[in-house]
Amino acid sequence: MESLSNRKKVVSNKKMSFMEKLYLPAIIGGMWITFKHLFRKHNTTKYPEVKREFATVYRGQHVLKRDEQGRENCTACGLCAVACPAEAITMTSAERKKGEENLYREEKYASMYEINMLRCIFCGLCEEACPKEAIFLTDRIVPTYFEREDFIYGKEKLVEPVDQRVDITKRQLTGKRPA
Amino acid sequence: MLSKIILIVVLFAITLGIAAYLTLVERKVAAWLQDRIGPDRAGPWGILQPLADAGKMFFKEDFIPTNADKWLFILGPGIAMFTALLTGSVIPWGPDLELFGTKIPLQVADVNIGILFIMGIVSIGVYGIMIGGWASNNKYSLYGAIRASSQMISYELAMGISVITIVMMTGSLSIRDIVDQQHGFWQDGWFSWNVFKQPLAFLIFLVTALAECNRAPFDLPECESELIGGYHTEYGSMKLGFYLFAEYVNMFISSAVISALFFGGYNFPGMDAFSGNTLAILGTLVFFGKTFFFIFVFMWIRWTLPRFRYDQLMHLGWKKLIPISMINLLVTGVVIALTSGWFTKSPKSIETVPAAKKEVVREPKQLSMYNAKHEQ
Repeated sequence: MESLSNRKKVVSNKKMSFMEKLYLPAIIGGMWITFKHLFRKHNTTKYPEVKREFATVYRGQHVLKRDEQGRENCTACGLCAVACPAEAITMTSAERKKGEENLYREEKYASMYEINMLRCIFCGLCEEACPKEAIFLTDRIVPTYFEREDFIYGKEKLVEPVDQRVDITKRQLTGKRPA
Repeated sequence: MLSKIILIVVLFAITLGIAAYLTLVERKVAAWLQDRIGPDRAGPWGILQPLADAGKMFFKEDFIPTNADKWLFILGPGIAMFTALLTGSVIPWGPDLELFGTKIPLQVADVNIGILFIMGIVSIGVYGIMIGGWASNNKYSLYGAIRASSQMISYELAMGISVITIVMMTGSLSIRDIVDQQHGFWQDGWFSWNVFKQPLAFLIFLVTALAECNRAPFDLPECESELIGGYHTEYGSMKLGFYLFAEYVNMFISSAVISALFFGGYNFPGMDAFSGNTLAILGTLVFFGKTFFFIFVFMWIRWTLPRFRYDQLMHLGWKKLIPISMINLLVTGVVIALTSGWFTKSPKSIETVPAAKKEVVREPKQLSMYNAKHEQ
């Protein structure tokens, strides 16, 4: 049958000729190839100084968004925790008290919200499950630590600071939901 | 005497220093061949990397497994390091240097059986690996040790035979004589370096030298993917460091031996234009240049060729290299016999070996003492 790509090769088990059995021409050919690589431009990105540009759909460290008035979007519905295939998310909910309207957008909020970054597989299903546009994955990299406990991120690391908003427009433009 | 001691200390320092920096060079060469940069964090271009590695090695826990044979476990890396450093003593590093009116040969010991000495010490070197692998009491280490010893046995034969062809041509086992006979670059209408006279012997020697140094593609005793490190699986700290270090020292020494036996040692084209100390210094530099080239070739081969399978290794050693080197030996012998006229001249007028120029007649020492005693 004719192959579609036209790149099909029939493997042959023919006997090797004397020159091929010597292996030396093949070895010299191989060494010439590696020698040419000596003068090739290197592909290394020196990470901490130079950062590689990420794809627009990159899924890195999560952020818990606030709305325009600086109130937390999350209502602790738990859909992200249910959706999470790695069981990385846990939370406890609390009722919003009087006078906290400037902190939380709705009557219920997450008093504790934790993502275990060692369990997380960065699939983005939490983001997809979220009905309140509260959790997003960003292009930030989760750094390394020496202790396992350090990888459990609480609200203090996840919620974006009011004065330092995290840009998630790239994730919103991936076609999952309108901006 | 003092000059010898100074030479020994300098040689010791140079060998260790070069071996330390070979670890960095290896990583750099590997990186360049793979379009990477290589270590560049410790100092500019990573030149402090060997110090950092050594520091790490020294500060790690010096661990001896419970079931290991403690003394042999310690002895293994010691033997490996000791034999690796010992071979450098008979290599002539350059022409004679003249300082303060005395001639200082740049060779620790001009042993008249130098090449035999090197072969002997190198084969003791495998004891370091064997003892270490056996004493670890670990099946992978033992596998590595067995592989190392059988590999050494199979490749030493071909190596020895290819060296014998060189010895037959020069008529001397002393490395200095072998180097001196490759004087210059062009002599008597042909290249004077042995590689042009014995290309096949050179090829065999190069392959077997790779195998003797446990370098890829013959690094079966320590292949990571099959034997998780082989004979040094159980080793850590500076004991592991000694094994790795010994490997690099061996690589340096075997590169030096290759360049001395086949590439004219400290001889270079147009060397007759210089004399005295200039020649000594230039010759030494040339010798080191050749050595470094072969070290690069060793690394180049390592990062190009995949590892042999064990049956392929044995097949190559026993069924290919040994017959080829024996045929080479035979042909060399016939050519020498023909050129020195063994079949035409009368037996008495034949010099035994064409190249043996200087003949030293020495009365056996014990006999003369015996005579002296009886005369009294």
